[in-house]
Amino acid sequence: MIAPILWNKPEFEALTLGFLLLVKWHHREVSNLGRKTIVTEAVKFGVIVFPGSNCDRDVAYVTRDLLNQPTRMVWHEDSDLSEIDVVVVPGGFSYGDYLRCGAIARFSPAMRSVMEHAKQGKYVLGICNGFQVLTEAGLLPGALVRNRDLHFICDRVPLKVERTDLPWTQHYQASEVITIPIAHGEGSYYADADTLKALEDNRQVLFRYCSPTGISDPDSNPNGSLNHIAGICNPEGNVLGMMPHPERASDPVLGGTDGIKLFQGILAALGVGAEPAIATF
Amino acid sequence: MSVLSAAPFSPEAIAAEGIKPEEYAEIVRRLGRHPNQAELGMFGVMWSEHCCYKNSRPLLKQFPTDGDRILVGPGENAGVVDLGNGLRLAFKIESHNHPSAVEPFQGAATGVGGILRDIFTMGARPIAILNSLRFGSLQDTRTRRLFHGVVAGIAHYGNCVGVPTVGGEVYFDPAYSGNPLVNAMALGLMETPEIVTSCAKGIGNPVLYVGSTTGRDGMGGASFASAELSDASMDDRPAVQVGDPFLEKSLIEACLEAFKTGAVVAAQDMGAAGITCSTSEMAAKGGVGIELDLDKIPVRETGMVPYEYLLSESQERMLFVAEKGREQELIDIFERWGLHAVVAGSIITDPIVRILFKGDIAAEIPASALADNTPIYHRELLPEAPDYAQKAWAWTLNMLPPCTLDGISINGTSFNWTEVLLNLLATPSIASKRWVYRQYDHQVQNNTVMLPGGADAAIVRVRPIHSPNPQPLTPNPSAPGVAATVDCNPRYVYLHPYEGAKAAVAEAARNLSCVGAEPLAITDNLNFGSPEKPVGYWQLAEACRGLAEACRELKTPVTGGNVSLYNETLDSDGKPQPIYPTPVVGMVGLIPDLTKICGQGWQTAGDLIYLLGVPVDAEPSSTVTLGGSEYLAAIHGVTAGKPPIVDFDLERRVQQVCRDGIRQGWVRSAHDCAEGGLAIALAESCISGGRGATVSLVKVPSLRWDELLFAEGGARIVVSVSRSHQADWEAYLEGHLQDAWQFLGGVSSDQAFVIQTEDNLPLIDVAVSEMGDRWHYAIERYLES
Repeated sequence: MIAPILWNKPEFEALTLGFLLLVKWHHREVSNLGRKTIVTEAVKFGVIVFPGSNCDRDVAYVTRDLLNQPTRMVWHEDSDLSEIDVVVVPGGFSYGDYLRCGAIARFSPAMRSVMEHAKQGKYVLGICNGFQVLTEAGLLPGALVRNRDLHFICDRVPLKVERTDLPWTQHYQASEVITIPIAHGEGSYYADADTLKALEDNRQVLFRYCSPTGISDPDSNPNGSLNHIAGICNPEGNVLGMMPHPERASDPVLGGTDGIKLFQGILAALGVGAEPAIATF
Repeated sequence: MSVLSAAPFSPEAIAAEGIKPEEYAEIVRRLGRHPNQAELGMFGVMWSEHCCYKNSRPLLKQFPTDGDRILVGPGENAGVVDLGNGLRLAFKIESHNHPSAVEPFQGAATGVGGILRDIFTMGARPIAILNSLRFGSLQDTRTRRLFHGVVAGIAHYGNCVGVPTVGGEVYFDPAYSGNPLVNAMALGLMETPEIVTSCAKGIGNPVLYVGSTTGRDGMGGASFASAELSDASMDDRPAVQVGDPFLEKSLIEACLEAFKTGAVVAAQDMGAAGITCSTSEMAAKGGVGIELDLDKIPVRETGMVPYEYLLSESQERMLFVAEKGREQELIDIFERWGLHAVVAGSIITDPIVRILFKGDIAAEIPASALADNTPIYHRELLPEAPDYAQKAWAWTLNMLPPCTLDGISINGTSFNWTEVLLNLLATPSIASKRWVYRQYDHQVQNNTVMLPGGADAAIVRVRPIHSPNPQPLTPNPSAPGVAATVDCNPRYVYLHPYEGAKAAVAEAARNLSCVGAEPLAITDNLNFGSPEKPVGYWQLAEACRGLAEACRELKTPVTGGNVSLYNETLDSDGKPQPIYPTPVVGMVGLIPDLTKICGQGWQTAGDLIYLLGVPVDAEPSSTVTLGGSEYLAAIHGVTAGKPPIVDFDLERRVQQVCRDGIRQGWVRSAHDCAEGGLAIALAESCISGGRGATVSLVKVPSLRWDELLFAEGGARIVVSVSRSHQADWEAYLEGHLQDAWQFLGGVSSDQAFVIQTEDNLPLIDVAVSEMGDRWHYAIERYLES
């Protein structure tokens, strides 16, 4: 279950955290010890499907087809997540985003189970509308409001990886600038000053909008997010919400592949040697 | 006593339904009685140009519609082509011009919704959207409002429904001031084993109404779409539908799931003319009748009368014919997605549409009278080109001010060629459409191989989502893809409808060839003025003749499309202002291997630049000309001349060579010369690739400098090739293009774009960043001004 990564001090601390989280899967690891190749043991992904989700299949394409991991589509009325390791709340317009983005989705049976899943310290990833749902559900602080220029924006933007000592980001280099697609109309991160301070103090900001050279300023901030925030985690680090779409930057056929490392990081954290199908190209 | 004077309606009431007096007489003859109010309304919408093509049908007949790859041609909700290996592509284009003129956001949004329904009604999952848009001048505030609204509407619907908007074209010309064009094209990949058709079958089979509820929105939209716009049209907002993309997204999933059960016999989208059109067309196709009870229809408002039910164009609704006994299976699927599905009628033997309401018969009409055996108008074609065209053709180059190596003086102001180039790059029709496509989600579904702005056509990977094999799909970099483009240079068509229409097909095929795709088939959207006027009919007839010929020559049959006539606005003096005739060509092509494609930007310093097509040192001819060019219109304010004449033999050879070069791996970038000619094509390859270039052009004495730089036509494509492939490439060119290619220069290691004469005298010398700044942000600057 030890991921093949280089150790240095901050990462050591992270692995300590990771270890505490992994203890929860201890029984699974033990039961798998008898198998020949533990590295091919699978991480079970669950992708929540609300009416109006439209990036659900894109996520499954990455986890199931590119990374060869079992992936179950979880209908919003389904509340059983018992066998799932990593829950992904995908992008789209859940329930039409009526009222407010993500505001209705949070009341679904599936989301109640996702909250429980998160409480148990298991991994939850919210992408785009999924991030909005996680903030509405209170799993992450703050809110996502209309973009600064009031237009929907679809583009590829540079992001600075702010910390690499969490499973999500462990396959990136410290302060690495990566390029990930965005596609949202309401992606401007907002939180009050105290919340922002707490986020920064706890190092909960994982991704920040920046220029190709790593400078975060108004020009390199596509949507007016406070503190240039593109993605944050909860204090425990097991819940990540981000407006950019890592699943859209995972397949070499489509160009950039900076997003796949996020999924590979999770596989490594759960003891699966990521042998993505794309490595065989 | 005439039929009309005996009618239970006033002449005004009949005219209000869009029915002419002689058509009313025909209705009475067909029914053997006078129609009631509901029936009159049904005839009104079904006999509109929008639904029955009464003016255009004789012209559409000449289109080639057969081909090896054509699985479904015109007449169904969408065309379907065979991509090989069991992959089938459905595609179709449709206009929403009039609604967008009145209410741009909802008009454009529902245009997208409608074309998507045409695709998934066939059993295909929508995989891409393209748009062809026309607006007036961006200097006009009303145009800016329309432009904002249309783009936001398309973005709203397409983004929410989760289908990427991957490409399109936008032109600006005062000819479209009061009547913008909004044409949306959609592509879908068949998911059901059988293609679902709209042919009703099986006496006693239940008829299901599915999707959203029916209300009074969009009343009589088809009739509205078949009349000229006037100031009073602005009060006709109820004729504009309101869309709900969230509901449509659920409808897509539910319909595809329903079709896979095998319990659906036939399906049709309720678009124009709603219940009237779907019942009558499905019945007429199957040679059966449909009885439908309006009391069963789920409604969103109370107190509606049959006329309103029958003419409502509420969105996101479909009509199914199901296998008897399997209704519940289908109803369960739709309810799971939170949608309505109710048995509202059945298939009957008598070939009639019978509408029941509160226990009575509200309407009873032979289905074929509404949908099949509808009026046709054969109109007289002008014996010769109308005055406006003859005058335009009389234009000659001598009417332009003289020019030199250093530039040109226009109305007392001198411009050097670099300034002219920069001004052209900043004209809204040539400038980058970044402001537009950034608002469209162009990457959802994870199949967009070529991003907007990167190439001459959009490229989407063809990846079945529901493979019959439950095993993970092995990602395959050399998977097949489809390329798609929408094209029409309306100024060419205005100046010469026959040649302009041919040029639209040739350009579409050239754009596909530039990305390495084999052109397969087209869908066309004929946007014209009133066919009841001799000039309008001449434009329509001549353009159809050109389209038909070009489609035969380039072996791209027509699989369907849309006709939008009466695109004229009445100004306050009541004077009709027709748009430019605009036959938009939506073409799809096959890319067998996605590793063998290319974009339009230079890739590497040192690569060699070639021109395919008519060489620059050829003697002046009608195939390469400033007639109808963007240079003439934007720089000199002149719309005149004859547009370039298409040479099909040259087109075929050039396009084949370009595709072969890409598949061999020799060609690393390809970009066709369209508006702005060779100089603009080279500049765009520089901007797109972020690299400079130095090219030398040889001018023959009889040619002007501006012709050398900005003339259009000639089947031209600018390509770049790696030095290491020079010998193979040139040998291949010698063998296949003989005198229709030319070496121009090379991609530079610096950021300068230089065009020089053969004596190394500079014609154009400008930094790529300066061109990029003008080109990328021109539209934003217009909107901010």
